[in-house]
Amino acid sequence: MTLRNKFLVLLAAVLVLSAVAATTLLHASDRAARKDRAQPGGPRVVAGPVALVPAATGRRIVFRNMAWGPHRDELAGVPATAPAGTRTASGVKCLRFYAAAGTGICLQAEHGAVQDSYRAVLLDASLHERAHYALPGIPTRARVSPSGRLVAWTVFVGGDSYAGTNFSTRTAVLDTRTGRFDASLEDFRAVRDGHRLRAADLNYWGVTFADDRHFYATMATGGKTYLVRGDLTTRTLTTLRTNVECPSLSPDGTRIVFKKRVPGLSADAPWRLYVLDLRTLREKPLGETRSVDDQVVWPDNHTVVYSLPGDYGADLYSVPADGSGGPHRLLGAALSPAYL
Amino acid sequence: MYVSDSRATPAASASRTGSGRRAAVAPTVLALGSVSLITDISSEMVTAVLPLYLVAGLGLSPLGFGLLDGLYNGFSGLVRLVGGHLADRGGRHKAVAVFGYGLSAVCKPLLLLAGSLPLIGAVLAADRTGKGLRTAPRDALISLAAPPEARGRAFGIHRAMDTTGALLGPLAAFLILHFAADGYDAVFTVSFCVAALGVLVLVLFVPSSRPEKPAPRTASNPASLRAAVGLLRSRDVRRLALCALLLGLATVSDSFVYLLLQRRLGVPDRWFALLPLGTAAAFLLLAVPLGRLADRVGRGRVFVGGHLVLLAAYGVLLSSWHSAALPYAVLALHGCFYAATDGVLMAAAAEAVPAELRSSGMALIQTGQAFARFACSFAFGAAWSAWGDRSALLAAAGLLAVCAALSAALGMTTTGKAAACPR
Repeated sequence: MTLRNKFLVLLAAVLVLSAVAATTLLHASDRAARKDRAQPGGPRVVAGPVALVPAATGRRIVFRNMAWGPHRDELAGVPATAPAGTRTASGVKCLRFYAAAGTGICLQAEHGAVQDSYRAVLLDASLHERAHYALPGIPTRARVSPSGRLVAWTVFVGGDSYAGTNFSTRTAVLDTRTGRFDASLEDFRAVRDGHRLRAADLNYWGVTFADDRHFYATMATGGKTYLVRGDLTTRTLTTLRTNVECPSLSPDGTRIVFKKRVPGLSADAPWRLYVLDLRTLREKPLGETRSVDDQVVWPDNHTVVYSLPGDYGADLYSVPADGSGGPHRLLGAALSPAYL
Repeated sequence: MYVSDSRATPAASASRTGSGRRAAVAPTVLALGSVSLITDISSEMVTAVLPLYLVAGLGLSPLGFGLLDGLYNGFSGLVRLVGGHLADRGGRHKAVAVFGYGLSAVCKPLLLLAGSLPLIGAVLAADRTGKGLRTAPRDALISLAAPPEARGRAFGIHRAMDTTGALLGPLAAFLILHFAADGYDAVFTVSFCVAALGVLVLVLFVPSSRPEKPAPRTASNPASLRAAVGLLRSRDVRRLALCALLLGLATVSDSFVYLLLQRRLGVPDRWFALLPLGTAAAFLLLAVPLGRLADRVGRGRVFVGGHLVLLAAYGVLLSSWHSAALPYAVLALHGCFYAATDGVLMAAAAEAVPAELRSSGMALIQTGQAFARFACSFAFGAAWSAWGDRSALLAAAGLLAVCAALSAALGMTTTGKAAACPR
């Protein structure tokens, strides 16, 4: 083939490939635009004020609304007694969210010209920004202590190498009263079997607060995960047992529901929800038989709520926390709920 | 926490005085550089959005599959040896390279179909297999297309173009996501189109191997496995492989360097993801000048010198002196280390390995180095756990100094030695 013909072939290929690329781009952009239009049969969403304190009419669920339409990804509220009712959307967009006692934490993306960046926004009871912190990666977990004083969040850090398949996490804890900010739990002292543990591959995620000093979280090192109990005053993390991820403490502080990697399950769906009694350290599976990759929340001492993938991203389900009964679909197209 | 890395390619040394004459760059080198540039745009587009796609798009925790990473690295080393060997048999460098690039290209749309971590892991493994297969034949083609006295420069040009693509890829991906929110399918499809273009440029503009000599010996003396292993009987190859191995054993992986930067020099969290870009930028700027320097003063000298630059980076990380400029200095030194070693090792290897076994020999040296670096990362992680980051780095620095001295003693830095391969 002459050089001229080679360039002609190349030109033709460039045209064809550009056309394919342009078509998918337009298609994707059109689909993105479609997501801004409400779907028939979807939940009714109206703009309005959302507060992180109980309403006069009773408790409320505040969550990330994932239903298509102009309020997609905004924090929205529904009465806890009527979750299928009309959603009130706040205008504040979050990827992950949690709130307690008038303090909210919203992990959001900032769309830059070159690259998205992420930040954690501390919200007051009327969803106004109190402070914000730049995040080093993609948000995954967020929690607030029951009193509303402490806030924790986890992000994924990774992607620095060709087709990198390795990710790690960073978990930060913020004291909203003193302003003290621990950017990474890896700076705390880790203790396993009575010995100080130093490992370069330590990862922490999924904090759940007991009070304004103690918390539980997941620690991973050497391919194993552990339940750790943390103390913010002594800056210590002590392992309690293995194979516990994303713990969530019951309101009465006696039990933890967590996702457990169950041996023998398909690697595709390795997790099941288990409840662990903190006094006896006995565990029991919950009535949900699907694999759950979420940190549950407790609306009360008897139930947990969690997300599973759904048609519009994620749906929320609830299941009794004692192993009885089965799952019940609570809310469609919703993620990151908090009961207020 | 750490992010393990797999920038497993190397550097090394040998020696030869170049004439310093500025020859035109061989069109094949430019064509291969373009292929790498285009392919890296494609692959880095995917790399840049993969975590986001997994977490935000699929709602998965990607942590699980970090565990497979070590496995992939070992596997990719073996694949590289296979690719090198296949390419030498009958001089099929180009065919093996086309297969490798093609395999990686078809993996891009497959990512869309794979909705779970294990499947995505499998697709990424296939993608890496493609990368492993093509690397040695591609480097062999570069070395065969460039005149011996300008090989350092040729590899420098190739690595600079390659890195340019790596820097452009994430930009392209984020432009697409900007244009189409959640358009991961568009990112993967465009990535495939770009990769396909790279394969086409390779097919059209890179001549088949044996561009220099008609190598009649390949028929009578096929590049057998035994011959490939027999390469280690050659004093030059042995010396080069040994030096690459020694120095690789003291080369702390990129992710540890970034983590140390962050911990010791207090780089803010939000810059963490941008640190590799600093290294890449320095690599890009210095690859050609250092390649030319290697042609002039000897590849061995530049290769060992590159490791001394890395030693300097360790030194900065260890120093208690603080300045806002220190992180930049470390990244510049780190990029300089890559520029002085990555392509230069292959230029040196080209000298030590006869043309008919070029690809096998290069694969052998690269794989040896990659395994040494993997061992170093493993040991470094353990040392960090046992002694803390500072002591671990101190140990690595000591080891690097010793290995550099040994390499110099082995003759890596002498100049003027006759090339082992026939011109």
